[in-house]
Amino acid sequence: MRRSPLPTKPDVLTSTGGAQDDALMEIRDLEVHFQLRSNALARLVGGGGETVKAVDGVNITLRKGEVLGLVGESGSGKTTLGRTLLGLVRPSSGQILYGNQDIARLRQNKMRKLRQRLQMVFQDPHAALNPAMDVRAALGHPLRIQGLVRNKAEERARVVEALERVGLTPAEQFLDKLPSELSGGQKQRAVIARAIICGPELLVADEPISMLDMSVRAKILELMLELRRDLDLTYVYITHDLATAKFFCDRVAIMYLGRVVEIGPTEEIFADPKHPYTQALLAAVPDPDPERRIPRELPRGEIPDAAAPPHGCSFHPRCPFAFEPCGWEARDLQALFERRWTERGEEVFAREEHLVEGLSDLPSGQETVRLPVPSGRNASELKSLLDDARAEAPDDPLWRGVEDIDVEDGQVTLRFRAGIDPELRTVGGVDVACHLHDPDLKPPENAGY
Amino acid sequence: MTEPVLSVQDLRVWYGSERGAVRAVDGVSFDLRPGETLGLVGESGCGKTTLGRGVLGLLPRGAKLDGEVNYGGRNLVTTSRRELQQMRGPELGLIFQEPLTRLNPLLRVSEHFEEALGTHEPDLDKEEIKHRSIEALRAMGIPPTRYRAYPHEFSGGMRQRIMIALALVLRPSFIVADEPTTALDVLVEAQIIRILGDLRRNFDTSLLFITHNLGIVAEACDRVAVMYAGRIVEQGPVTDVFARPQHPYTRELLRSTISLATTGLHYIPGAPPDLIDPPSGCRFHPRCPEAMRMCPQQFPQPVALGPQTVECWLHGPQNLVPEGGQEPLEREEVTVADEA
Repeated sequence: MRRSPLPTKPDVLTSTGGAQDDALMEIRDLEVHFQLRSNALARLVGGGGETVKAVDGVNITLRKGEVLGLVGESGSGKTTLGRTLLGLVRPSSGQILYGNQDIARLRQNKMRKLRQRLQMVFQDPHAALNPAMDVRAALGHPLRIQGLVRNKAEERARVVEALERVGLTPAEQFLDKLPSELSGGQKQRAVIARAIICGPELLVADEPISMLDMSVRAKILELMLELRRDLDLTYVYITHDLATAKFFCDRVAIMYLGRVVEIGPTEEIFADPKHPYTQALLAAVPDPDPERRIPRELPRGEIPDAAAPPHGCSFHPRCPFAFEPCGWEARDLQALFERRWTERGEEVFAREEHLVEGLSDLPSGQETVRLPVPSGRNASELKSLLDDARAEAPDDPLWRGVEDIDVEDGQVTLRFRAGIDPELRTVGGVDVACHLHDPDLKPPENAGY
Repeated sequence: MTEPVLSVQDLRVWYGSERGAVRAVDGVSFDLRPGETLGLVGESGCGKTTLGRGVLGLLPRGAKLDGEVNYGGRNLVTTSRRELQQMRGPELGLIFQEPLTRLNPLLRVSEHFEEALGTHEPDLDKEEIKHRSIEALRAMGIPPTRYRAYPHEFSGGMRQRIMIALALVLRPSFIVADEPTTALDVLVEAQIIRILGDLRRNFDTSLLFITHNLGIVAEACDRVAVMYAGRIVEQGPVTDVFARPQHPYTRELLRSTISLATTGLHYIPGAPPDLIDPPSGCRFHPRCPEAMRMCPQQFPQPVALGPQTVECWLHGPQNLVPEGGQEPLEREEVTVADEA
């Protein structure tokens, strides 16, 4: 059910599961890990340092003719995933099956040939065009590189055709223009023209309208919809803007810290978001209707460091509905105290700081942690501070994950409940990775909205 | 009604260029009352940022400022650079668009606060400075544990909170926030909007909130001023303007915003005009779906419509519209060649 006069999608695409023979590309267990090397020697010889899991086990089947949205905040891995699909980033493991080839393992020379069929529209049109190249050269290059034209006249004809296709008419007016002579919207049209000139079947569009003025955004989206209809394109639309994703996409994959946390038909995800992160994203979209306000409850904090992702479900430190199995660990206790001090102020901070200063050095991801007691203080003081903190914020989800706090041999031992990594499971028409939707686990009563 | 904190009358800012004067702000008037937030919206190139900077006297050399910016009994346009310098901080604040580049990477957060407070309130001792700073940071949700951290240890959203805390710690009565959330993610943006929305409840700070996102205006502002080609074409309370936009530009701008309720794409053809040689009469007439014969001939007068003020010939005054002036204007087709 489309609410626009624009081209409607074939019905088969809205149903999940669909026949496998309409698959354009299959992404299986895809992982892209980047090594952060700690020092110069490690950089030379390799090894050491932390790993950023930019994409961490993604499975998606891209269907012919659909618009798939990859939605998430910066740092969610959506751009890396998009670039990996085009062979611009080499994955650490997994497969990207396209036709009878695996892009994840394809050699550069073979990849180059494939780029006729797989193309990219970049976020910043001001940076995506070479400032020293006029429009004719920028659009003509791919044709020459791919050997699709035999002479200049042919190249010019193809360039003119592409320009007219994207609405840069009369094309003659634009052929000799430099990027600096074009407005933002015109530049993005030229970038799109360059992407379609070799006749692709897949376009990965990375935030194609976020750098453009409000009044031009709709025009570029409309152009992309027209091109999809006329050229039988499939789009991967990468964005953090849920409003355009809702309008533009057939299916949406919500990403968080390198994983897909919810994926399904756009209408279902927007009508009934299942993952608390999706719910939060939707609630946070500013609405020009002054009668509709952002709710008071927003997830606290920001997307965590991808080099040290939280234990269990990556979203649990920010999740208002997190409960026992979500992956509680020492870092969460540290965060609880920071919240406490932010709320209660300087004096409380000055009084308590010393007693819990060892919290930040505790190992992450362990179920049993020993809280160090600073010299000159005793364990029961620390225990009673923890009790205080609990009495102060008894509803903080963290306490659901604390099994018990013991004082023994002058030490405070804290046991967390075992964290489980949530996996995608089918709920209704969507797949969602959240323990709230696992019937084997018992979520708290107030969970969900 | 309370006295306005800031009253801008017929403000003009022109830049010199080789082709002539660029009339970035061309006769703008508005008032801001204590604790009020005024949203300033419009497409890029309509003069929003220039207006925000002009009010604070932060214009580059070569810009000419004219008109009145009445604040605290004096006209900021004629105030000396030195005096303005002293007022900026304790009385007039500015929150920038890119928090990532506005904090000194070599200085701790604490040192930023010590510098700001030390300069403007030299009587404060160290303890008081620390106390005031931590309180300001707490109000923005930054834990006291982070007081001595460096800017690079914070995320983008935290840095923007620090910028806001730095502006607020001096307790200015008027702040210009220039696209403070544009570089931030959705959730963080919502958190910052929340904080700025709380400002008007918890402090008596007046805010000029520059943004191109109408959704943010609806969330965080009391009144809105819609700017087009250097003029404020419509202003009034947010609820009234958004529910009943009277200027065709406001209406078209609202319609072209893509929100969760969007069911069809809509846009304004063409682009904002060249401000060196703007269109005659009403500057919106070449793009206006309701342009009349009158529109290119004469500049529209501000007309009060209930709580709103509009500059558009559709709303008269009727006695100034000559016979036949209301006939539709015959226009040339607007092509992609003119788009923004």
